[in-house]
Amino acid sequence: MIGGLFIYNHKGEVLISRVYRDDIGRNAVDAFRVNVIHARQQVRSPVTNIARTSFFHVKRSNIWLAAVTKQNVNAAMVFEFLYKMCDVMTAYFGKISEENIKNNFVLIYELLDEILDFGYPQNSETGALKTFITQQGIKGQTKEEQSQITSQVTGQIGWRREGIKYRRNELFLDVLESVNLLMSPQGQVLSAHVSGRVVMKSYLSGMPECKFGMNDKIVIDKQGKGGTTDDAGKSGKQSIAIDDCTFHQCVRLSKFDSERSISFIPPDGEYELMRYRTTKDIILPFRVIPLVREVGRTKLEVKVVIKSNFKPSLLAQKIEVRIPTPLNTSGVQVICMKGKAKYKASENAIVWKIKRMAGMKESQISAEIELLPTNDKKKWARPPISMNFEVPFAPSGLKVRYLKVFESKLNYSDHDVIKWVRYIGRSGIYETRC
Amino acid sequence: MTDSKYFTTTKKGEIFELKAELNSDKKEKKKEAVKKVIASMTVGKDVSALFPDVVNCMQTDNLELKKLVYLYLMNYAKSQPDMAIMAVNTFVKDCEDPNPLIRALAVRTMGCIRVDKITEYLCEPLRKCLKDEDPYVRKTAAVCVAKLHDINAQLVEDQGFLDTLKDLISDSNPMVVANAVAALSEIAESHPNSNLLDLNPQTINKLLTALNECTEWGQIFILDCLANYTPRDDRESQSICERVTPRLSHANSAVVLSAVKVLMKFMEMLPKDLDYYGTLLKKLAPPLVTLLSAEPELQYVALRNINLIVQKRPEILKHEMKVFFVKYNDPIYVKLEKLDIMIRLASQANIAQVLAELKEYATEVDVDFVRKAVRAIGRCAIKVEQSAERCVSTLLDLIQTKVNYVVQEAIVVIKDIFRKYPNKYESVIATLCENLDSLDEPEARAAMIWIVGEYAERIDNADELLESFLEGFHDESTQVQLQLLTAIVKLFLKKPTETQELVQQVLSLATQDSDNPDLRDRGYIYWRLLSTDPVAAKEVVLAEKPLISEETDLIEPTLLDELICHIGTLASVYHKPPSAFVEGSRGVQHKRLPARAGSGESAESPEVGQSGTSEAPPAVIPSQGDLLGDLLNLDLAPATTTVPSVQPSMQMGAMDLLGGGLDSLMGDESDTPGVSHRTEMQSPQPSSDYSERELGGDIGGSPSMGAALGAPAAMPAALSNAPAVGGGLGDLFDLGGGVGMPTGFYVAPKTLFLPAMKAKGLEISGTFARRGGIIQMDLSLTNKAMSVMTDFAIQFNRNSFGLAPAGPLQVLTPLTPNQTIDVSLPLGTTGPVMKMEPLNNLQVAVKNNIDVFYFSCQYPLSLLFVEDGKMERQVFLATWKDIPNDNEAQFQIKDVHLNSDAASNKLQGSNIFTIAKRTVDAQDMLYQSIKLTNGIWVLAEMRVQTGNPNYTLSIKCRAPEVSQFVYQCYELVLKN
Repeated sequence: MIGGLFIYNHKGEVLISRVYRDDIGRNAVDAFRVNVIHARQQVRSPVTNIARTSFFHVKRSNIWLAAVTKQNVNAAMVFEFLYKMCDVMTAYFGKISEENIKNNFVLIYELLDEILDFGYPQNSETGALKTFITQQGIKGQTKEEQSQITSQVTGQIGWRREGIKYRRNELFLDVLESVNLLMSPQGQVLSAHVSGRVVMKSYLSGMPECKFGMNDKIVIDKQGKGGTTDDAGKSGKQSIAIDDCTFHQCVRLSKFDSERSISFIPPDGEYELMRYRTTKDIILPFRVIPLVREVGRTKLEVKVVIKSNFKPSLLAQKIEVRIPTPLNTSGVQVICMKGKAKYKASENAIVWKIKRMAGMKESQISAEIELLPTNDKKKWARPPISMNFEVPFAPSGLKVRYLKVFESKLNYSDHDVIKWVRYIGRSGIYETRC
Repeated sequence: MTDSKYFTTTKKGEIFELKAELNSDKKEKKKEAVKKVIASMTVGKDVSALFPDVVNCMQTDNLELKKLVYLYLMNYAKSQPDMAIMAVNTFVKDCEDPNPLIRALAVRTMGCIRVDKITEYLCEPLRKCLKDEDPYVRKTAAVCVAKLHDINAQLVEDQGFLDTLKDLISDSNPMVVANAVAALSEIAESHPNSNLLDLNPQTINKLLTALNECTEWGQIFILDCLANYTPRDDRESQSICERVTPRLSHANSAVVLSAVKVLMKFMEMLPKDLDYYGTLLKKLAPPLVTLLSAEPELQYVALRNINLIVQKRPEILKHEMKVFFVKYNDPIYVKLEKLDIMIRLASQANIAQVLAELKEYATEVDVDFVRKAVRAIGRCAIKVEQSAERCVSTLLDLIQTKVNYVVQEAIVVIKDIFRKYPNKYESVIATLCENLDSLDEPEARAAMIWIVGEYAERIDNADELLESFLEGFHDESTQVQLQLLTAIVKLFLKKPTETQELVQQVLSLATQDSDNPDLRDRGYIYWRLLSTDPVAAKEVVLAEKPLISEETDLIEPTLLDELICHIGTLASVYHKPPSAFVEGSRGVQHKRLPARAGSGESAESPEVGQSGTSEAPPAVIPSQGDLLGDLLNLDLAPATTTVPSVQPSMQMGAMDLLGGGLDSLMGDESDTPGVSHRTEMQSPQPSSDYSERELGGDIGGSPSMGAALGAPAAMPAALSNAPAVGGGLGDLFDLGGGVGMPTGFYVAPKTLFLPAMKAKGLEISGTFARRGGIIQMDLSLTNKAMSVMTDFAIQFNRNSFGLAPAGPLQVLTPLTPNQTIDVSLPLGTTGPVMKMEPLNNLQVAVKNNIDVFYFSCQYPLSLLFVEDGKMERQVFLATWKDIPNDNEAQFQIKDVHLNSDAASNKLQGSNIFTIAKRTVDAQDMLYQSIKLTNGIWVLAEMRVQTGNPNYTLSIKCRAPEVSQFVYQCYELVLKN
């Protein structure tokens, strides 16, 4: 299991050091600094073995988190734990920075004591932790409160406490998708997938039982056999094929496995209900058509056309196209029909920004790139043209069909809950080779 | 609140100041002081001098302060054991606190105080906490048992904590169960033989129930523990799999990977024709793909594991090639791993896409990645024949870029392509030669030299090219020197007229001016070969090369199986067994995949195993007894005639049946060499010239001298010339001779086959031997009757391996009373075949002038081990993988006091050939092959641990029924 956990700043100075096992000594702290942090780019793996000691590290801005062990630990678990650790810290004091860590080092030690015991991760749900790790002491609690805390921390429903009350029962559902694309210069889709998340903010009283439904092909097909097959035919794409999905631990997995129904008692506040991945019938909101022409050895002509491919009534936002330029670029002239374009020498790219663009439109940029003559034999690698955008629909085609809330003990029903649903599609890695 | 100020105190006299503050009356000031102490501790300052002052602050109702003091205590208690006792009272008291959070805090902390003296004081509080009414306290106490065990294992056992811990597995709270499981698993690891985690269907059921309810971390503990269980049968295995599959949808990747581990392991037990097996295979792919959208560090762990899974069960991800395409922004470690998997998944169906991708990658920035991509293109050519041409032209394009490392890498892989497709792409040689000057890496230089040597007859200026390398001969690396030597010899053999001077130059450089024994020996061999018999030299040096393998870097099958049992863990990331990086006893125990249930008869592989006999309708094979009678009545009448070699037709039915079965076995075998070949292309030693290496290596003092001369099938002519060569090389041979010559076939002392009582006075004892490839049955016939015996004849019943007398029983003189005569009967293996029970049973009939007598005896299977049973390494590797795991049998050979070399030497005498030896952690693994007279190959892996007289022997064979008897031979040979 995890033998110790260290947090370093970018210089390799220790900010937090907590040792759980006897086989990890102080020299491990230095070993990591010397062999990994100071080695800069030489270390090419997140797992490093130095003198029979294994170091797992992740970086958040310029802070290094390292878990150390001498045993054959579950590596996936260690990384999951480190991410979780970051989440917990962020939930307590915001951004993970040297300043914040120093300011909260007592709190961090307290957290580390709670969520990692002898190197075994324990309950790390922020909701539960916040009930008793407060930096205020726990003197004032009554006996009932204490046992409520412990039963929550260890209980089946560790993510929610009893007795939550809201005057207005409300829930917000965000379907957040990032669409990833890799396209060949000729416009052939090399790979495309959507990775989506359903994020829920729930402000519900009591211990509500929820049921979430979407246009999952497997479910729809199953129901379709019952009779309502007409719908599906009418508007073409009624259901989507989900390649795989994973759920927050509140979802009853065995029930999903047997009936494919998503039922759960939600945590209070914001959390991620599910993640999913689709690869079939993805709506690609933009198409990028590049044209790069080398004119002699000192000039490049680039023309890029983008086409929006969705309903004309919808508006895409925050559109950004990034056209890489060679390292030996000396000057760039850009002409674009819409938005603003700038050559950024420090980033070796032309960045073209468009605030808004409706569906079924087209726009174009052309640029002349002057090159310095070099005797570098190596050809320019031509990184792909990448794109960023945000669209108000789900590129996978996912639709929320219902989210039902049942709370038998309190007297509010499904109808009394105010529900909000929103779809946001963003670009993930959206690249076109040129 | 800005606590960061505590990090900045660096002035002198600080400790003194802190001391005063710690003893202050004001609570706030105390707390501030303790914080400063902790901050100093964090940055590595020694604040142990403050121990008593800090511990004094322990008695407080301020929980924050208490936690800080505890933190200090955990750090320094070990260096101040006497002082630590001061804390005991507080712990005992806190364990009685009405607040469960304080009770838990106390029990959690006291386990971290690693002072032997105070452990016994902690037993009582711990015992109470293990039975606490609050689950939070119980789950903390469960972990505390593991902590205490780490400090003082004996104490934990004596106090009966282990039993309490086991009881907690049935606790009502899932988190308590999970922590108890984690603690027990850890303790069990340091007691590999104890039955601590007594897993049985009941406990498994409890664990599976808790699995649905506990935290993500608890699920990992439970799944990792489940993976150590071996279900009783395929049904249990399936029901566990069914309950574990929902975990594949968990958001936590570690839960998913641990579930995959359980499924991969238990799948081994499911019959392949089961519907559920196919369903399960399908269910595994999506979650594995999903892991690739996790954070990069987790992707890396996932990819390392997928690499193993793809090797074990390629079918799972064969359609998922695209997800392994490299993204521009992937960290380099992810890119390299993805590339590895892409090559493994490349097939005819997706090769076009893969090639297009690889071509893209070859223009990237990172040198390692580009090199790997170029190499991958070559691997594709070798793997998918249809794509070879496209690959070669892609490589040529890349060479045109003139980027130095790309060119070098391309040349290395093109050499491999030439090996795989000889005489097909030589047109590119000209382009390669243009780049000769830019090659500065040994591997690329060696590859280029090999190409020049191999195609010397088509390269007009081959001699000039090679000569140019020769100038700096002594500055080259060994790899290049060896290659250059061989290439020039090849050139000489092809164009003897112009290159005589060159060859002499290189031979003298290699033999006289070099300190490298490998180079010198190889030089001498060539020299003598060339001067003694140029024709033989040609046969040896220009021999046809064995084909190379399609797959590279395959993990050795036993290791792969072990790593599959460690999915998700560090072992799977390093691709090394835990024993390679974990110190001490923990985790060193080797894990194994379970065997498929109901093996042999199951539908798993009808063509393998004993199906030939077992499926035959019973009417066709008469019972053995009947047959024996028939057989013996037939032929014994003409007394001195030899045993007929043509068998009566009535036996043909049975013989065909079995013969067919065995033929198919042999057919399988002879196919395998075509599938898998040598793969040492990436090893630093250039292995292009297999036959030379074999020869050179063996002469260098290897014990397998006799075998070496017989073994390489590629040089029949060399074999016939061996004596001549041997004479010339007498001095060299003397070096190795006599040191470790094989000990020869072990012949058991004669045993009594037929007592005189049963045979009217004729007593027969005997034994079996294999001498120079000839099987002999040594018999002693004694006449204990009163009258003279004459007219001896012998006949065997049909037997498992077709043993039959190859000549008459040579008893020429009458056997007078009380006389004993020893005869040696040569045996052949072409007689009729029938499976016997036991397999090595031999039923014999002996006739003399008095009567016919029957007896049965058993021969050691080693009788049938033929002299050319040395398999090629690569073939071995592939065959081992190819043979289903349920054909593997494991045995213990006890009390052998030989080291591995002596053992292997001894075994070689009985034609059990050691092909390779690997040493891992003072454990020698010997890989051995045996070939039976009927063409069945037996593969064995013998583990010899230094200082341990017990060997572990794993035997794999397509006909698993022979394993038992092979093992007996091992016993027999090693113990005598």
